[in-house]
Amino acid sequence: MEKRVRFRSSTLPWLLLAPQLAVILIFFFWPAGQALLQSLQQQDAFGTSVDWVGLENFRRLFADESYLASFKITAVFSALVAVLGLAISLTLAVFADRVVRGSGLYRTLLIWPYAVAPAVAGVLWLFMFAPSIGIVSYALRSIGIEWNHLLNSSQAMTLIVVAAVWKQISYNFLFFLAGLQSIPKSLIEAAAIDGAGPWRRFWTIVFPLLSPTTFFLLVINVVYAFFDTFAIVDAATEGGPGKDTAILVYKVYYDGFKALDLGGSAAQSVVLMVIVIALTVVQFRYVEKKVQY
Amino acid sequence: MVERRPFVTAVSHVVLALGVLLIAFPLYVTFVASTQTAQDIVQVPMPLLPGSHMVENYVAALKGDYDGAASTAPVGRMMFVSLVTALVIAIGKIAISLLSAFAIVYFRFPFRMFFFWSIFVTLMLPVEVRIGPTYKVVSDLGMLNTYAGLTVPLIASATATFLFRQFFLTVPDELAEAARIDGAGPMRFFWDVLLPLSRTSIAALFVIQFIYGWNQYLWPLLVTTDESMYPVVMGIKRMISGGDAANDWNIVMATAILAMIPPALVVMLMQKWFVKGLVETEK
Repeated sequence: MEKRVRFRSSTLPWLLLAPQLAVILIFFFWPAGQALLQSLQQQDAFGTSVDWVGLENFRRLFADESYLASFKITAVFSALVAVLGLAISLTLAVFADRVVRGSGLYRTLLIWPYAVAPAVAGVLWLFMFAPSIGIVSYALRSIGIEWNHLLNSSQAMTLIVVAAVWKQISYNFLFFLAGLQSIPKSLIEAAAIDGAGPWRRFWTIVFPLLSPTTFFLLVINVVYAFFDTFAIVDAATEGGPGKDTAILVYKVYYDGFKALDLGGSAAQSVVLMVIVIALTVVQFRYVEKKVQY
Repeated sequence: MVERRPFVTAVSHVVLALGVLLIAFPLYVTFVASTQTAQDIVQVPMPLLPGSHMVENYVAALKGDYDGAASTAPVGRMMFVSLVTALVIAIGKIAISLLSAFAIVYFRFPFRMFFFWSIFVTLMLPVEVRIGPTYKVVSDLGMLNTYAGLTVPLIASATATFLFRQFFLTVPDELAEAARIDGAGPMRFFWDVLLPLSRTSIAALFVIQFIYGWNQYLWPLLVTTDESMYPVVMGIKRMISGGDAANDWNIVMATAILAMIPPALVVMLMQKWFVKGLVETEK
């Protein structure tokens, strides 16, 4: 789409664009380019010499057990976060769409975690699951489960999944609710007249019509689990025990800023970049297709 | 509702109430913990009714007036840093995106679409994929431990530019024509016609970007080393030092509540715009 009416000026548009262009050039494209270059270089520990090593960093990366393990951890983590988060919020949205009285109140009470910072969410759940003083770990102990996420890696994974899902429910809920409200009521009514009960109606009409929203949220949730949960992991487990909850983003940060392996960290950045680009492409292909339904 | 089924309606309310409880329980525990003394909390199980030390805990947290094992920086200062950061990021993003969308929609100049797409692909370059080199740029520019360092690198916005572009494209051409006939220049048209029309989108984006700015964690972690420049979301992590009982959990929890209040207020008070903005921005 184009405008018919335009203003004429040879300098003004450049001035208007300048601030945004300056920021993206200095803080986005230049660093991203540097990351690409560094991923092909090897620096010694004192930063005195730089060697071109080609794809050596990548070869080393994919031969590294702990990196492959981190891939697996991230996959498990994002699958759990996406599936649990979507299932819980879809359930809530379906019921919220149904009730007439109090729906506004329920919405207000369900959406506020969107405002909570991931780091704060991590701290809240860490406190509730603290092995010796936490209220949830106390409850678990009384039913015979010894909780210590500092030693047990599947418990540490549970902790970050719970915190990440809790934080994301409100976002998914809002989108599912908007999606449900846009389904024409006449379809549901027709099915009801034909004798289909609520359960049948949900699976044969509502759920298929909701699939564009579900797919969109699936992508968003995977992106969220990959990138925005850094703060949850850092606040709740710091990647531990050992490296058992070190998701990819946590590992980039740790290797670059704690272990000071610049080449390795840059190579990991490049791998992440490829993942984001792939996810974004998937997301936009969907946006184009969505129009047809 | 399609048909009357009292049983299903009752089930709906039960499920929703459970959902609200699940969501609210951590908040309740946090609040209770923030009103106890540090000794009361390490009792197992901790009391589940509010204690009587609320005021002193919050005052101690705000002033940084307690003996903690880890950082004891005053939370009042951190809240101020967070507020400035979040406001600068939200307003800055909206301002520069409005200007670039205006340039792209209302002018014809070389490389117009190239610039649009360059802004757009920054979506694919989140901080996480370029942390090392971006840190180096900021440190070379001497922007560590400054408000500029906390805000400027985050101020570009592909989503906001895209949203404003979409919106400007729907503004009738007649308005721009009329403005031109009346002798108004482009900036006059922008200021007197486009801005007032964009109010709703601006409000919606403000909510989303304010929360984005307030909740930043990884970036402040890299660019601030000075306690007086910690935003509260990052400062709270520095108050925890490892061992369960070693922390002043009452103070930490009071800080958590304080850190949640401003963004939660923004979301609740501007709920209508926020929901509209969120659902529209992301699609």
